[in-house]
Amino acid sequence: MRPGRRGGFLRPSAVHAAAALLLGAALLHVAVHGLVQPQVALAFGTVVAAGERARITLPGDREQAPLGTAAALAYALLGPLHGTPTGHGTLQVVAVTGLGTLAGLLPLALPGVRTRRAGPGRHARPAPGLPDAARADIASRRLLTTAFAALLFQPVYGSGLLDRAPIVGPAYGALLTGVAALTALCDAVLAAVLHRARAGLRFAAALEDELRSLLGIGSAIVATGMLVSLLAGEVGLWALPLFCTPLLLAQASFRRAAAIRATTGQTIEALARATEVAGYTPPGHARRVADTACALGRELGLGTRDLALLEYAALMHDIGQLSLVEPVPGGATAMLPPAEQQRIARLGSEVIRRTGVPRRVGDQVARLADPFRLPDGAADRSLPLAARIIRVANAHDDLRTEARGRGLSEATAAFAALERLRLERGRGYDPAVVDALARAGAAGREPA
Amino acid sequence: MRDRAPRRPDSGLFSSLARERDGPGTAGEADIASEGEGDALTGAAARYAAAVLAGAACCLLPLATTLRGPLGGTVDWPRLALLAFLHTCAESLAVGLPTPCARVGRRLLRRPPREPREPARALPGRGFFPVLFAGVLLLPPAAAALVAVPGALTAHIPRPRRLRRLWNAAQLAVAAFAAAAVYRLLGGPHLLLGADFPAAALGAMAAVAAFCLVNAVLVGVMRQLDTARPHRAAHPADLARAAGAVVLPALVQGAGGLMVAVLWQGPYGAFAAVLALLPLSISAWMFAQGHREAGAHQATVRALVQAVEIKDAYTRGHSERVGRAAVLMARQLGMAEDRIRTLHFAGTLHDVGKLGVATELLRRNGPLTEAERRAVEVHPVFGHELVRDLAFLGEARAGILHHHERLDGRGYPAGLAGDRIPEFARIISVADAFDSMTSTRSYRRGRPVTEAVTELQRCAGSQFDPAMVQALVAAVDLHGWQPEPPPPGGWDGEVPDIPLGVPEPAHRVPGPGGRITAGGSP
Repeated sequence: MRPGRRGGFLRPSAVHAAAALLLGAALLHVAVHGLVQPQVALAFGTVVAAGERARITLPGDREQAPLGTAAALAYALLGPLHGTPTGHGTLQVVAVTGLGTLAGLLPLALPGVRTRRAGPGRHARPAPGLPDAARADIASRRLLTTAFAALLFQPVYGSGLLDRAPIVGPAYGALLTGVAALTALCDAVLAAVLHRARAGLRFAAALEDELRSLLGIGSAIVATGMLVSLLAGEVGLWALPLFCTPLLLAQASFRRAAAIRATTGQTIEALARATEVAGYTPPGHARRVADTACALGRELGLGTRDLALLEYAALMHDIGQLSLVEPVPGGATAMLPPAEQQRIARLGSEVIRRTGVPRRVGDQVARLADPFRLPDGAADRSLPLAARIIRVANAHDDLRTEARGRGLSEATAAFAALERLRLERGRGYDPAVVDALARAGAAGREPA
Repeated sequence: MRDRAPRRPDSGLFSSLARERDGPGTAGEADIASEGEGDALTGAAARYAAAVLAGAACCLLPLATTLRGPLGGTVDWPRLALLAFLHTCAESLAVGLPTPCARVGRRLLRRPPREPREPARALPGRGFFPVLFAGVLLLPPAAAALVAVPGALTAHIPRPRRLRRLWNAAQLAVAAFAAAAVYRLLGGPHLLLGADFPAAALGAMAAVAAFCLVNAVLVGVMRQLDTARPHRAAHPADLARAAGAVVLPALVQGAGGLMVAVLWQGPYGAFAAVLALLPLSISAWMFAQGHREAGAHQATVRALVQAVEIKDAYTRGHSERVGRAAVLMARQLGMAEDRIRTLHFAGTLHDVGKLGVATELLRRNGPLTEAERRAVEVHPVFGHELVRDLAFLGEARAGILHHHERLDGRGYPAGLAGDRIPEFARIISVADAFDSMTSTRSYRRGRPVTEAVTELQRCAGSQFDPAMVQALVAAVDLHGWQPEPPPPGGWDGEVPDIPLGVPEPAHRVPGPGGRITAGGSP
């Protein structure tokens, strides 16, 4: 990606600054005018703070605190409470949400807790400074989203327009649903802005991720927030503890699914290391190819889900070698005759189909030894993008290892490998992927 | 990886609990079990089922009459129909299957039905009842009982379908009737109308508790009567976990039902009530997805085992059988279920380090030189290296590293002795030796089970832990042991090189290649 395109309003720091300004204004407002209905504010603020402690990690290292978000949204959409009208207004919603979030984050800032939270990651590649940045992201995103919802709803409710119109009963429910849906979309855009910068994805890919998670846990969060505000109108503050429980269950289910997915990732890494332990491939080859492939995938605009499958396929791309009686010299499949490469790829895809990973991964590996151009010179349109990416990443690693074996330095070896690929660009390898490799190498984002 | 041979309901109420647990924070099946019983009911069980069916019919009887009083009342038929429909849909949705309306729609459009998928388990506690609970809170008892019926009669359940569906419909109807009756007697409807919280919530929770209790008793008695299968004593820790696993989901589902009921009674109408099902349905769906991912993970572990068996084809199925024998032994030792599951992984993966040993050495029938022997003996270390980062394997990793240690300390790789050898390793070494002796290899016939047992007992104390040998003997006495039969045509000259049935010209190996079975159990 061209570095210049990451500027403007869509920078995380700009989002943080906007949130901080908003919170400052809201706190000032509350300090001057005092809290309206402090018990209600305290109840919602407490749930926001408690929800902050129970977070989940979405695919692609995105974090979310469902309970906190739902409670904040419920406060923003709160009209009547147990039959009596409320009057907290937009700025108080922002202030309570902000204070609740900060209160929830405060214990995490203590050093002892932080080390405990830093559990073993899937790839043991800790992104520097991630926890703090993620915390700032989540807090500012929550604040801005809640402010958006409150801005849509509270002025309308406070002006008494709903009573005059009269919008009651099902119409009121529909209005809240509409506001909640708009808020969800706004939140997805905001999250995509923040996530794009952190993960180095294209904006479209990041937005697709966010919309996808909106279909899952996202809709549960928004629906819970909206329902709690509706129910609080009927039964009062008891709605908060009673009706947030389904969300806790959703959170537990989500955690479980994520834990199992992480375990599957570990197992696939072990399976990928099998060829290394057996002496068929050089140590670390599978991991390096996977890292390069993911960097290329990001460069070419893949989303988190596609990247995960790409990573699986790249890790297991050499599994087929296990069926060879004698290891390939140096494990470098890129130097084998094409027919033999295709045979190994096909055998590997057979093994992969026996694993529980999605079918696409096996299909990708089956095609990864196929050249980019057909014998008649036309580009092979049926070739999956992932197969083209892994083909380039694998050849790059093989060539680089070989160049290093000739005594070249790390940087020179990488450059020499790239030059070799460029010679083949457009024949054996997809030119778009080779160009992406050159760009990623230039930007220094390709893991060495 | 777990033995999934029987597709029948498990024998004990709690016995299968931990085995079914697939990850952190999961729960097993228990009282909210909607799962019915049995292949063909006999004797007392059949009479009991008939009695429950008759009871369910009695519960539905007031619908035909205009009974007044606390248990009767006018029935809001459209509301009942909508709730029954929602209950039917919610349950299929929650297990990740097409809803009945989707199935009917496909049939009307003459599209082929989707490829059959195995229903994943719904929420912990095996059942998704928020709509049913809402019916209990909103309708008179007889009508609440009717809400349960269509869903149970169209549920996705393993065969024999008709019997199970009838039984489930009957027992759920009785439970719903009882719950609604309790709720009415506590004056719940008035509390709900007045939005008198928290009293209304307490009433609803009492109704949910009544539902669970009746359901548990009905299902539990059926399981006791249907004792065709051996009964296993449940571990106390598992029982405690089971209780926790039931109470929490039941309360959450009760809260979901209450949410639907409050919104339906309130001014917002059915629309908001349907929306209230969204959070719970999504959690159930995610739980089902987690279940599917667990299956995928097990397939991946199996692929790791297959990778070994590609190289060392003589030992096909050996890994699976060692895993199974280790599990049988652990049950004799009274091990907790979650440790047993880890042990199963350890047994199945114990030889994974053979990947790092030269293929030629593994396939050699003749004697090895000293250097070659050392090269083979390094395989536990390789195996440990390979699985070191798999956190879910826990103590199984030590079991893999030390499964060739001997009790007298003359084993490898560390030369540990006595109790310093991890328990898993002591179990696996016995199971490993037993399966090696009883299975037929190319160069020798397998020994009979009795002979292998005698040999194990002879080596107990020097090579093996006597307690483990004792456990194996007891397990084999109880369950029998089916050693791997020699393949048709014998082993001669057969050195499979090409894995997994890919047609391939056999230019690398002499002899017919291309045949590998996927290990022991299906």
